[in-house]
Amino acid sequence: MDERIIIAGFGGQGVMAMGQLLAYSGMIEDKWVSWLPSYGPEMRGGTANCNVIISTDPVGSPVVVEATTAIVLNKPSLDKFEESLVPGGKLFINSSLIDRKSIRDDIDVYYIPANEIANELGNSRVANMVMLGAYLEVVQTVDIESIERAFPKVFGESKIHLLPINKKAFERGARAIKKKG
Amino acid sequence: MSKVLMKGNEAVGAAAIKAGCRFFFGYPITPQNEIPEYMSRELPKVGGVFVQAESEIAAINMVYGAAGCGARVMTSSSSPGIALKQEGISYIAGAELPCLIVNMMRGGPGLGGIQPSQTDYFQATRGGGNGDYRLLVLAPANIQEMVDLIIEGFDLADEYRNPVMILGDGMIGQMMEPVEFKERKKRDLPEKDWITTGTKGKRKPNIINSLYLNPEELEDHNIWLQEKYKKMKEKEVRVESYNVEDSDVVISAYGTTARIARTAISKLEKEGYKVGLIRPISLFPYPFEEFNKIKDDCKGVLTVEMNTGQMLDDVRIALNGRIPSYFYGRTGGMVPTPEAIANKVREILGGEK
Repeated sequence: MDERIIIAGFGGQGVMAMGQLLAYSGMIEDKWVSWLPSYGPEMRGGTANCNVIISTDPVGSPVVVEATTAIVLNKPSLDKFEESLVPGGKLFINSSLIDRKSIRDDIDVYYIPANEIANELGNSRVANMVMLGAYLEVVQTVDIESIERAFPKVFGESKIHLLPINKKAFERGARAIKKKG
Repeated sequence: MSKVLMKGNEAVGAAAIKAGCRFFFGYPITPQNEIPEYMSRELPKVGGVFVQAESEIAAINMVYGAAGCGARVMTSSSSPGIALKQEGISYIAGAELPCLIVNMMRGGPGLGGIQPSQTDYFQATRGGGNGDYRLLVLAPANIQEMVDLIIEGFDLADEYRNPVMILGDGMIGQMMEPVEFKERKKRDLPEKDWITTGTKGKRKPNIINSLYLNPEELEDHNIWLQEKYKKMKEKEVRVESYNVEDSDVVISAYGTTARIARTAISKLEKEGYKVGLIRPISLFPYPFEEFNKIKDDCKGVLTVEMNTGQMLDDVRIALNGRIPSYFYGRTGGMVPTPEAIANKVREILGGEK
């Protein structure tokens, strides 16, 4: 396995945490992992992204340039990272906030109305977990149980009460994929 | 102990505390701010002291003072901040005090930018301050190695009574990787009988100083320092090599750039090319002899750095004209891609396999 993932969105949408959950879960499953954030003045209120690598071999470059997966939560992120995917790569688009379709015809594209689903669950902040659930339904990089174990490590033990709503968000994300078959 | 996923900068702090560091003096600068942040939070819990100094110059002189009292002490900064510390670093090297200095390099010159770079190689390995002195410079390529080198680095500083520098960059500082804090064997370190903690009327005062007004004395002092550096050259060379003996091109790179080179090599191997890697871990002392293992008909040694060619000088010294030397670098905070490095190798080999 050599999953090279770009996760991108607005600062505040939880893209960094999504990446950390994935990386931590990969580590729990004894895989080689790395997590690399964008950092700089453009982050506040602007776009934020992170690169995650989960591999059965040691991680070379932590910078993802030829991505196998891109998860984009807003339109600027789609514009910026659509080109980074290798042919056959997988693109997950938050269709609640992105009104255009992908222009690539050599990749698999999934449209998930993540914010609508999160709002139905009563917490708009779990839109990122809806996207993560959808991703894991398609690319079984790590088990959901590993994500659950990683949750308190990434968010802190004090946030453990938020695990049930986050689990619901995963399930709804996964269902959004299943429905389309 | 089990693995944890840690940001490079936080791992620096955790490793230092694990190594017994109880004093940290620094001044904020991106991209290493998580180091002082971590130390300000964690040092008081173990009875340590954290001071955010009024400037980098103050911080390095606080390090000087604490080291003179025999404390395990550290400071960290990024390129422009390390530049400001050079006077103090030269004094500490001159006074032969142990300490650990972390530089998470960013683009320069001047204030430059905040993205990763390797433009302080000359400054780190040639002595950025005045005088004939050297730091022991270690350049980790991943966070686990950085943790191990920091823990060892404090011991090396004590053993040689010399400042040790950990030379990283914004990327290794900001990224997260699994880390394990292994229990390690305690080294036999010389007793610190030179520290200035009060004579209690029982011994002659110790003096810590870098001022020698008598030129004969100062020359003797320099000769002694050079002997120390010679011993480092004999005992502390660290290098990781991959397929050096029978490759058609050997890449030389250190730190995070070496990992990118490694990815490029994997790509090239799939195409049938034979490409090796020499990754210096100690930049001073430099692993010159490792380059002797390269075969005479090797087509070239490609040095890759996030600067415009600094370690390149040491590679050329090592090769001594025996094999053609090539360079590829990005700078200003731009990071080379594996494909660009691979392209340069293909170019050297003229497309032949």
